[in-house]
Amino acid sequence: MIAGRSRKARILGSIGLYGAVAAYVIFALFPLFWTLKISVTPQSLLYSEGITLWPSSATWENYKTVLQATDFPRYFLNSVIVSVITAVLVTIIASAAGYAMSRFSFRGKTTVAVTLLLTQTFPLVMVIPPIYRIMGELGLTNSLTGLIIIYTAFNIAFATFLMQSFFDGIPKDLEEAAMIDGCSRSQALRRVIIPLTLPGMGATLGFVFTAAWSELLFALMLISSDSQKTFAVGLLTFIGKFAVDWGQMMAASVLALIPACLFFGFLQRYLVTGLTAGAVKG
Amino acid sequence: MASVTITNVQKNYGAMNVLSAVDLSIADGEFVVLVGPSGCGKSTLLRMIAGLEEISAGEIRIGERVVNDVAPKDRDIAMVFQSYALYPHMDVASNMGFSLMLRKTAKELVLDRVGAAAKRLGLDVLLQRLPRQLSGGQRQRVAMGRAIVRDPQVFLFDEPLSNLDAKLRVHMRTEIKALHQQLKTTSVYVTHDQVEAMTMADRIVVMHDGVIQQVGTPLELYDHPANLFVAGFIGSPGMNFLPAVVNRMGANVGAQLTDGQTIAIDPGLPVEDGERITIGIRPENIEVGGTDTLKARIEVIEPLGLSTQFYTKLADLQVCIYAMGRTDRKPGDTMGIGIKASDVHVFNPATGQRIEPKA
Ligand SMILES: Nc1ncnc2c1ncn2[C@@H]1O[C@H](COP(=O)(O)OP(=O)(O)OP(=O)(O)O)[C@@H](O)[C@H]1O
Ligand SMILES: [Mg+2]
Repeated sequence: MIAGRSRKARILGSIGLYGAVAAYVIFALFPLFWTLKISVTPQSLLYSEGITLWPSSATWENYKTVLQATDFPRYFLNSVIVSVITAVLVTIIASAAGYAMSRFSFRGKTTVAVTLLLTQTFPLVMVIPPIYRIMGELGLTNSLTGLIIIYTAFNIAFATFLMQSFFDGIPKDLEEAAMIDGCSRSQALRRVIIPLTLPGMGATLGFVFTAAWSELLFALMLISSDSQKTFAVGLLTFIGKFAVDWGQMMAASVLALIPACLFFGFLQRYLVTGLTAGAVKG
Repeated sequence: MASVTITNVQKNYGAMNVLSAVDLSIADGEFVVLVGPSGCGKSTLLRMIAGLEEISAGEIRIGERVVNDVAPKDRDIAMVFQSYALYPHMDVASNMGFSLMLRKTAKELVLDRVGAAAKRLGLDVLLQRLPRQLSGGQRQRVAMGRAIVRDPQVFLFDEPLSNLDAKLRVHMRTEIKALHQQLKTTSVYVTHDQVEAMTMADRIVVMHDGVIQQVGTPLELYDHPANLFVAGFIGSPGMNFLPAVVNRMGANVGAQLTDGQTIAIDPGLPVEDGERITIGIRPENIEVGGTDTLKARIEVIEPLGLSTQFYTKLADLQVCIYAMGRTDRKPGDTMGIGIKASDVHVFNPATGQRIEPKA
């Protein structure tokens, strides 16, 4: 009897759980769906059809216009350049810094850690004017290089802590075993530690890529010419003086999602956790 | 194979002294066990031999070579970690062959050596598995295998069996011992389990608070513990200790307990009448129902089938007695016990040192 009831309770429990998960997924994905829906809605039906889940006739027209008649492809390419270079730079620097923070004790280690943490506490708006001045002096306003430098600097602190926690998760014994087996410290790093940290590097890469991809504030402040705009800034050009071109804007937004999806699709195999399982008895 | 010579070695972490003036010579082919309670510095000493820990002062030699400044990879040693430390991204064969591969050994030779080691340890069917697909005992074997394919000068073990269940531990203990008898490689083995130390060691090194207490064969340590610490640490159930006062009566010398009863001790010992001493008696050296007038009250009886363990009160202290066979005595009974003078260990209670007969 009791067993039967607890089984029923368990089934109800999992129904509840999956229901909640499904509700959350719908809640999270609905805006994306709406973006997609509007991007395929013909201009003529946008306001006339009322609120429907799908337009009565769908069209690729908005996409064609965005790709052929606007500067969007240019913005898109700029974003790819900035985000990929930033993500790679940050991951390399943060991996090195995170390894040092995790494995060595050196003078000023605490100071470095506290300073890194402190940089995370300033509101961005507060640092924009000085940064604008500095970049102006250096001739780095209105340039992708300037953006890459800023994004790299702003992402390093968090990425370093992230990488440190991944290195902390790799038992010291493994490195020591490798060194006894005949590795120098750098060989141990290359043959044992790095292969095991790939998921962490993947996560960092993905995190920084998305942060740079969707950044608006600095891009808006530092970039003025059309040729250097990233897509986040570029999206604003669809807001005209008298009207907003919703269809094209949403089409551009959907296109902007593609690299992020590809990127995570590619990283997925590195993001699989549990690669270190079995290293030490657990 | 090589000897290991440790001369006046010290280890400090900042101001904290973890090992003070350790001297130890390990002969070629010897199996030495470092044993002691948690935190006594056994792992630290082992890791200094391995080169994973810097030597604050003193000298360590492997063979004739001083290795103080030699990197771990150039010391020609192999180590088995408590955590096994298997490379999770390599299969069993690569784990075992890793060190040979780093030394640019020919591929066929690596396969040969790994195959032979795997066969010896019963791992031949597991060579393609990843560590996470193995049981704890199998991982332990792989860690052993990784050490033996190297054919190193010295094997170092840091509590390699402590993660195994009791039965497997006993099994692996004999297996490691057998392996050593075949390979005859100098081995240093760290454990906090004195039974492991007794059963495996050629010589045991007992450590406490960063100081070596005594070095000797298992039976030397058992029969002639150098101080109270070693006496209490070696042996299970442990030695009984009782405070007493020396009572000289002509040719006989007695140790008078706090309740007035007297136990005869070796008359050759250099102790004065009235001197305070601590006497130590092993549980199996107390004869139940002895002719002596000594009396103890039984509190708990533990029948083990083959033998019986009595927990008794003598001079208000708990005294354990280990007797072969079975008993029909009851808790609460008072029984006569007999102790041979030659079985009583005598210690100086202030220094803890053993008092030996004058030569
Ligand atoms: N990196 C370190 N910094 C400071 N103290 C340390 C460090 N490593 C070890 N110690 C100290 O050194 C002492 C000896 O440690 P060690 O690991 O050698 O003990 P152990 O005998 O192996 O103990 P266990 O049986 O618990 O493994 C301990 O008191 C420990 O706190
Ligand atoms: Mg230890």
